[in-house]
Amino acid sequence: MPANPKAKLVENILDLKNIAQAPTRNGFGEGLVMAADEDQNIVGLCADLTDSTKMGDFARKYPGRFVEMGIAEQNMAGVASGLAAIGKVPFITSYAMFSPGRNWEQVRTTICYNDRNVKLIGSHAGVSVGPDGATHQAIEDIALMRVIPNMRVFAPADMIEGKKVTYAISKISGPCYVRFTREKTPIFTTEETPFEIGKAQVFWHEAEGKKSDVVIFACGPLTHNAILASSVLENEGIGVRVINMVSIKPMDTGAVIAQAKEAGAVVTVEEHQISGGLGSAIAEVLSANHPVPIEFVGVNDRFGESGEPNELIGHFGMAPEHIVEAARKVINRKQEI
Amino acid sequence: MSQLHDDKLKFLEEKANDIRRSIIRSLQAAGSGHTGGPLGMADVFTALYFHILKHDPANPDWEQRDRLVLSNGHICPVQYAAMAHAGYFPVEELQTLRKYGSRLQGHPHRNMLPGIEVSSGPLGTGLPQAVGMAIGLKMNKQPNQIYCLMGDGEQDCGIIWEAVMLAGKLKLDNLTGLIDRNNIQIDGMTEDIMPLEPLREKYESFGWHVIDANGHDFQDINNAFEMARAIYEKPVLIIAHTIPGKGVPEIEFDYRWHGVPPGAGPEDKFAKADQVAEMLSRLRTLDGKIRSEHQ
Repeated sequence: MPANPKAKLVENILDLKNIAQAPTRNGFGEGLVMAADEDQNIVGLCADLTDSTKMGDFARKYPGRFVEMGIAEQNMAGVASGLAAIGKVPFITSYAMFSPGRNWEQVRTTICYNDRNVKLIGSHAGVSVGPDGATHQAIEDIALMRVIPNMRVFAPADMIEGKKVTYAISKISGPCYVRFTREKTPIFTTEETPFEIGKAQVFWHEAEGKKSDVVIFACGPLTHNAILASSVLENEGIGVRVINMVSIKPMDTGAVIAQAKEAGAVVTVEEHQISGGLGSAIAEVLSANHPVPIEFVGVNDRFGESGEPNELIGHFGMAPEHIVEAARKVINRKQEI
Repeated sequence: MSQLHDDKLKFLEEKANDIRRSIIRSLQAAGSGHTGGPLGMADVFTALYFHILKHDPANPDWEQRDRLVLSNGHICPVQYAAMAHAGYFPVEELQTLRKYGSRLQGHPHRNMLPGIEVSSGPLGTGLPQAVGMAIGLKMNKQPNQIYCLMGDGEQDCGIIWEAVMLAGKLKLDNLTGLIDRNNIQIDGMTEDIMPLEPLREKYESFGWHVIDANGHDFQDINNAFEMARAIYEKPVLIIAHTIPGKGVPEIEFDYRWHGVPPGAGPEDKFAKADQVAEMLSRLRTLDGKIRSEHQ
């Protein structure tokens, strides 16, 4: 199986029936307590969604370091900035739609322009929120955050990576945004899987003796769909790489350019509007450095709707078969050039 | 309340006049910016920087300092002038206001000018940051005070009331807010644009202690801040009643002077070309408005 051995992913990565599953947000909950145990300056703020965003364990363990804000996300951003001014390391949580959705200007002015050490945690991002419908499905947040100077943006692929990202951002100074998801998704990385801020990781590599025909840059739980798609393509004799782009900003531009040069064809995958997200960020880098055909898998300028997460991922064209289709298409485009 | 000596009053009144003069000159040099608010708040800023605040212009990051958060960043010409006269930077630098390469941005930026606590301008965002600072200091058991200066028009912003609610809930007695109650905003009078009254009762009902003060009387301003320090278990709001444009009788109370600099204001009193000279000359003949110069 051509999962990159250096990535140390789980053995049963393709076994959808038996692979362990958990929401990525659980990783935030665990990572926050881990970080807070070591750093007493870490404080938590939440806008009336403490357990749902997985800040509950922290709040119960450190009640003196937790502030219940009520449903006031704009104020939460400003208060966090003020706490950071005193040397605290505030983590603020809500659904991504409300923070950083509702409070974008406060995030820009009070956190990023001031360059304050505030960590934004946006839970329930993506259409996979499911039955709650479009009002609660943030599919614009990566775009909203990556456009602001000083802000770093992360989209962990599973619960374990979510924990690593949470812990890692507690150790660096400056504004960070991490998007988490509501639904259980496969835990396909392990504690040993490498993670470093600003580094892309090769999760899937073409079989030995083959060459890379297409490279898939993915972020969030859909990275697992990209791997499922790769195994299908692999069976057709196509050489595929899957690159985990958990660190969207700072982006590992060196790796992006090198991988695109080798493959000559790119697919991007994200549970986000195609406009402004990971795919756009990749396209910005490649068009300036090494233009190649790109196909974008994501939501195409539409709002979400109610449904079961898998139904919606299929409905909006982000299932493994859609990624397979995009890969075939972009390889054809490469051959037409 | 402690009585300010005549010498102190005279000192403060003269400082306020220097600050007003600097405001007019720097706004003229800038060619844009707000006039009404900065002139109206000159006395409050003088009282803060020359009597009330615990601060050290030579060491702006001094950990034991009180924090002054300016929420309505557009009146920054008065803060810049007060800071310059207090010794944070040379008074001549005020003439770079709003110009390319200047540390004196059109709206203040903390990463450019030491002594500015928060970058501000988008209204409503100062108070939440002040609340965050007050919470942080309480967590650290540090005794410093947080002062947050706001505009009255700014009270239209919903985020202000989110912050007011939280400060009341947490009984932040190390936080003192001050509203520049000058009754004007860009489009007209506050009570026409969006009525704020009864402002006192609004804050009181959110758990704040409210003090009214004459924003042009140093004794009254000092009394209000002393009372604020004495109030226990509640955040305090000082409603400073001020006159926009204070110091230049011809532009006082005139909302049309809210957002324009001397040299570009309404021409019914002075022609644009004469506005700076007229304002400066009138500042020196205040006829009782600034007592020590009149005496």
